[in-house]
Amino acid sequence: MLDLSNFEGYRIKANVHSYRQGDLYIAHDVNSGSLHLLDERTFNVLKAFEDLQEVEEKITLAGINQIFGQVGKPALSEAELAEIFAEMEELRQAGTLFSEEAEKVTLNYPEKPIVKAICLHVAHDCNLRCEYCFAGTGAFGGSRTLMNLETGKKGIDFVLESSGHRNHCEVDFFGGEPLLNFGVVKALVEYGRKAGAALGKTIKFTLTTNGVLLNEEIQNYLEQEEISVVLSLDGRPEVHDRMRPYANGQGSYAKITPLIKQFATRRPESSSYAVGTYYYVRGTYTHFNLDFDRDVLHIADLGIKQISMEPVVAGPEDAYAFQAGDLDKIRAAYDRLGEELLIRRAQDRAFNFFHFNVALDQGPCLIKRLSGCGAGHEYVAISPEGDLYPCHQFVGQAAYKLGSLYDENPHQLKAELVKDFRSANVYAKSACRECWARFACSGGCHAANVAFTGKLTEVYTLGCELQKKRLEVALYLKIREIQTKTLV
Amino acid sequence: MAKHIQTIVKANLSATVKTGGCGKCQTSCQSACKTSCTVGNQVCVK
Repeated sequence: MLDLSNFEGYRIKANVHSYRQGDLYIAHDVNSGSLHLLDERTFNVLKAFEDLQEVEEKITLAGINQIFGQVGKPALSEAELAEIFAEMEELRQAGTLFSEEAEKVTLNYPEKPIVKAICLHVAHDCNLRCEYCFAGTGAFGGSRTLMNLETGKKGIDFVLESSGHRNHCEVDFFGGEPLLNFGVVKALVEYGRKAGAALGKTIKFTLTTNGVLLNEEIQNYLEQEEISVVLSLDGRPEVHDRMRPYANGQGSYAKITPLIKQFATRRPESSSYAVGTYYYVRGTYTHFNLDFDRDVLHIADLGIKQISMEPVVAGPEDAYAFQAGDLDKIRAAYDRLGEELLIRRAQDRAFNFFHFNVALDQGPCLIKRLSGCGAGHEYVAISPEGDLYPCHQFVGQAAYKLGSLYDENPHQLKAELVKDFRSANVYAKSACRECWARFACSGGCHAANVAFTGKLTEVYTLGCELQKKRLEVALYLKIREIQTKTLV
Repeated sequence: MAKHIQTIVKANLSATVKTGGCGKCQTSCQSACKTSCTVGNQVCVK
């Protein structure tokens, strides 16, 4: 039988997330990563546990039945309660419910950062003028410029050397629009393959593009070189064109959509988890399209199977920024998207939505989940001039400059910044300590946290709410998927 | 057979403290987002 004294000092709300999604009652055990389906009575008991912990130091049987009485639920019989407690205790003993958080880990890093991934800003220029661009429509607050070959090669040399004993490095061609500097991209791929091979290393290349220049020649090249590609499309024509126009104001949907569709058909086996050579079509939603589920479905209806749709990160002065009152509409859109995915799965026309990926027992280890994205010490962004920043979103912010490829020792990154980014893990953020989603988002995006709070260790709370909602739907879909497989 | 709770996924994330940390996984921001931390949307490549 479950001993209620076991919960003294154990915060249920922070360690077991129980919620209703669709017609399922779900419990996610945060520390083990386990997932359970509950009947309604058991769900109510769990919620009563949570409520009691808010107001009482101890959970008691009398307290549970008092809560049941307050919300009009019939009191549990002693026998029923004993059954539920017995099942909970069995799972607790097995370590899949009410599990304890692993003892605090010291995240050890070598003194010299092992940088294994770089974001090469080969073009601080763009052929579009997207309203919400964090790159300031391509120029990152500076002048419009392209990276020269020498700087690009230095960037490749930097990651090959900084990656130490790691044999797999990653290089993303980013911008602005990287295809505006396609000649340099090609030369760098050739250079990187040779330089990597000479050291027994492999570089995985990706390219993030708006699709405007994605002609047949470039598509063939990307195929031949097995370069993964992230393509930007916001959804319905009117939504896309409003935010992603050319410099003359004309929308870009009509130009890019056939090209993106064409490219997607070349990679029918693309991994939803972005493993191997893949493509992803990625959009941004804003205050203007809170029904962004319709944009995701629009993209899916184009025949595109790998889709990501990101919430815009914007200051309150921007008209497209999310406003008070938007959150419920956004949550409803994720709910609708989840239900529509289920319908399409049953009709054998499913697609993948990146934020609903959740591998659970095959997901990243706890060390990775605690430490986060690696910006500023495992991953850096390089500007066209060769300046080094913690990630692409910090490029151009002088306070966050880590160094330069043209420094006497470019590997000597600014020590205090490296330390700050390494320290900004889940343990360092007070809001995360009480959050059930802490191991899914690793404390959120550093750039978004800084943009909204001015600090690496304080979280962007709207981002937290969106993350939690996506995870709720993702876990629900995972259960549905497993149930369907079991039935077959 | 449990009557009230059905375990759908049995995982042991805490144990990966000892087995994980190899650092071979893809950098999350290189995949499909570039604007939010998506570590939890990845798989372990080990």
